[in-house]
Amino acid sequence: MLTLHIKLVEAMLAQAQKDHPVETCGVIAGPIGSNLPQRLIPMQNVAQSEDFFQFDSLQHLKVWREMETRGEAPVVIYHSHTKTPAYPSKTDVKYAAEPKAHYVIISSNRLYGEEIRSFRIVDGIVIEERIKIVNTYQPNLEQLKVA
Amino acid sequence: MSVKVSIPTILRPLTNDQKQIEAVGINVLEVIDQMDQQYPGIKEKLIAKGKPHRFINIYVNDNDIRFSDGLTTNLKDGDSLTILPAVAGG
Repeated sequence: MLTLHIKLVEAMLAQAQKDHPVETCGVIAGPIGSNLPQRLIPMQNVAQSEDFFQFDSLQHLKVWREMETRGEAPVVIYHSHTKTPAYPSKTDVKYAAEPKAHYVIISSNRLYGEEIRSFRIVDGIVIEERIKIVNTYQPNLEQLKVA
Repeated sequence: MSVKVSIPTILRPLTNDQKQIEAVGINVLEVIDQMDQQYPGIKEKLIAKGKPHRFINIYVNDNDIRFSDGLTTNLKDGDSLTILPAVAGG
């Protein structure tokens, strides 16, 4: 199961709508081992495509280094589908390289409403998991940072 | 030239779970060849037919080698080489 703060869900949906018909993408960092997404970082889709996304390589390095310095991991990796349902495509499965991440997919196509779903993708196997949307995390945790 | 190489999570099973390893070489290709002797199998995860895989990013310090000399990018003592699988999909 993936627990997601409502503000993060709203930020991802808004970003997907803003970038439509191009696929949007990004990452939500959280403390290593916490499994708690906190810091949302929208990423540049260098493909600028309706059916493909790829993080800009220099931004990717910068953001991954920042996470390392801060003791964070990429808890969520998200992107949108502009024409199809929010389910991993063949290419999503092929290039999934973060076995510990939750792969969140948002459909920005009106046909599917504001669909948002989460998956684990490990060694080519896709397992859907429930998303629990909450209004607050535990009070002792750091505040959210939505860019 | 001795350089530090950062290994991404997905390749750590090949490096006995080490996040960072030391390797020697005058350019990126030599370093990868040397790593492959120590940790067999790593080269084929990075290179095919003499070129880096399209969805593997290799950086020397802060620079993506695609924007310099690719696998023949020269290295200096103390440089860092970072490998990151591209985050991509459809």
